[in-house]
Amino acid sequence: MKRSVTPFVITAAVLAFFYLPIVVLVVNSFNASRFGGEWNGFTLQWYRKLLASPDIWHALGNTFTIAVLATVGSTVLGTTAAFALDRYRSRLQDAHYLLVYAPLVIPEILLGISLLLFFVALGVELSYVTIVLAHVTFCVSYVAMVVLGRLQDFDWSLVEAAQDLGASPWVAARDVVLPLLAPGIAAGALLAFTLSVDDFVITFFTAGPGTTTLPLRIYSMIKHGSPPLINALSTLLLALTTTTVWLSQRLLKEAR
Amino acid sequence: MAETRGLLERRHEPWITLPSFLWLVVLFTIPAAIVFAIAFKPSDPFGGIGAGWTLHTLASLGDPNYPAILWRTVWLSVVTTVACLVLATPTAYYMARVAQRWRPLLVLAIIVPFWTSFLVRIFAWKVVLHPEGPLKHALAALHLVPADGSLLYHSGAVLLVLVYTELPFAILPLYAAAEKFDFRLLEAARDLGAGPFRAFWIVFLPGIRRGLLTATLVTLIPALGSYVVPDLVGGPTSEMLGNKIAQRTFSDRNLPHASALSALLALAVLVPSVLAITLSRRGDRSAQVKP
Repeated sequence: MKRSVTPFVITAAVLAFFYLPIVVLVVNSFNASRFGGEWNGFTLQWYRKLLASPDIWHALGNTFTIAVLATVGSTVLGTTAAFALDRYRSRLQDAHYLLVYAPLVIPEILLGISLLLFFVALGVELSYVTIVLAHVTFCVSYVAMVVLGRLQDFDWSLVEAAQDLGASPWVAARDVVLPLLAPGIAAGALLAFTLSVDDFVITFFTAGPGTTTLPLRIYSMIKHGSPPLINALSTLLLALTTTTVWLSQRLLKEAR
Repeated sequence: MAETRGLLERRHEPWITLPSFLWLVVLFTIPAAIVFAIAFKPSDPFGGIGAGWTLHTLASLGDPNYPAILWRTVWLSVVTTVACLVLATPTAYYMARVAQRWRPLLVLAIIVPFWTSFLVRIFAWKVVLHPEGPLKHALAALHLVPADGSLLYHSGAVLLVLVYTELPFAILPLYAAAEKFDFRLLEAARDLGAGPFRAFWIVFLPGIRRGLLTATLVTLIPALGSYVVPDLVGGPTSEMLGNKIAQRTFSDRNLPHASALSALLALAVLVPSVLAITLSRRGDRSAQVKP
């Protein structure tokens, strides 16, 4: 049967569409011209300026602290949620599933504004703490879904075998279940970390005055700042993302 | 289901369920309920929430500005979704049929933009579409756009960038569905005389309908709630509901008004979701009836 070339042409066009702006951005980060309309020669000056600016390092530090806390919190809650959803069938789990699933299908802006109103109604001052609480809340669902997917292939008879050989429930959990699920849990944690580092909308709504994270900083740079510096920052972030994706693919492959 | 002795017995269920359950009730369900409650509250002059209850806030949604914004939000989102499906379906089809060794590379090529900073991806288009940028120069040189025209700050730019940001989310579920599709069915259809397009339309598309439904929802729902894209590449004539919610929250500091608009957005999201769930249930039932 002769195959149509149309799907190939569309796929190629889609990939070009995906990467064209990214390539323009990366090339421009090395361009001496301010707006990138023409090539004025190779330069590293934007990177030098960027790395010399204390705001960026401050924002980066905040972003990582928030992301680490949000990752730890959401990985613990998401993993226990996945175990509960996988092991039990009950009314409680039906409601639990709905609760875990709903934040995934709700626009970010609604999560953001609902948390803002919640904190305002309680009289809680917006700060880094409210950002972490918000990040844990939306990351739990993603971790739970990733770990749940891994649990579906998990062979519980291994736990039975360990216990037949004399392992206590806790030893079985620690020495059998966790090592086997570690790649899945790590993939979930990595996803939570990336989502937290990248989040703008929910952070924007739950951040107090004077609070800053990297996405908040990038946003205000896009609104008021110098384009070449954002080009340089974006290129660095792209390099980081590509490495993370590659790493997570390796983790998932090992899990299989 | 087999019970595992000692580990995760029935009696452990509450202990392992409650942490995430309570967390989400407190920080997801209660805040969602508060949005609807505050829509019935008056605002106070200090940017807070006033005392008592009122229908005045909801009534102010009747302001002639809002139907236009709601309508624009809906049409931009629907066109974005349709464009994503039209581009994503052939891409997913190609990815599922290409030689096995190319697939991981293609999947990676789709995932990298999916994981790339959302703001960076929008900013990249701002660079490309910039009045002094490369695309504008090229199009102006070809006399396709007037030299003083703008590629930014209108609904066209918003649409383009929305498709760009949502497309990876549409491709992944469609690829997952297409990978499970039995392509011998397409060959059978062709052997029975169907043309390639007809076979694609009446055999392949129904075969991946679950993927199509998922792709529609994961594109449509975030598009309806979009705020950053119209904020950064759109202008005053391309504002969406999300922009108004942010304006009421941050510029005017009228939280009850922002709540009322959020409740409206929640309804706009709920309608297609409920429709999709009903459709998928019905689809499953008719699939079961067929031999």
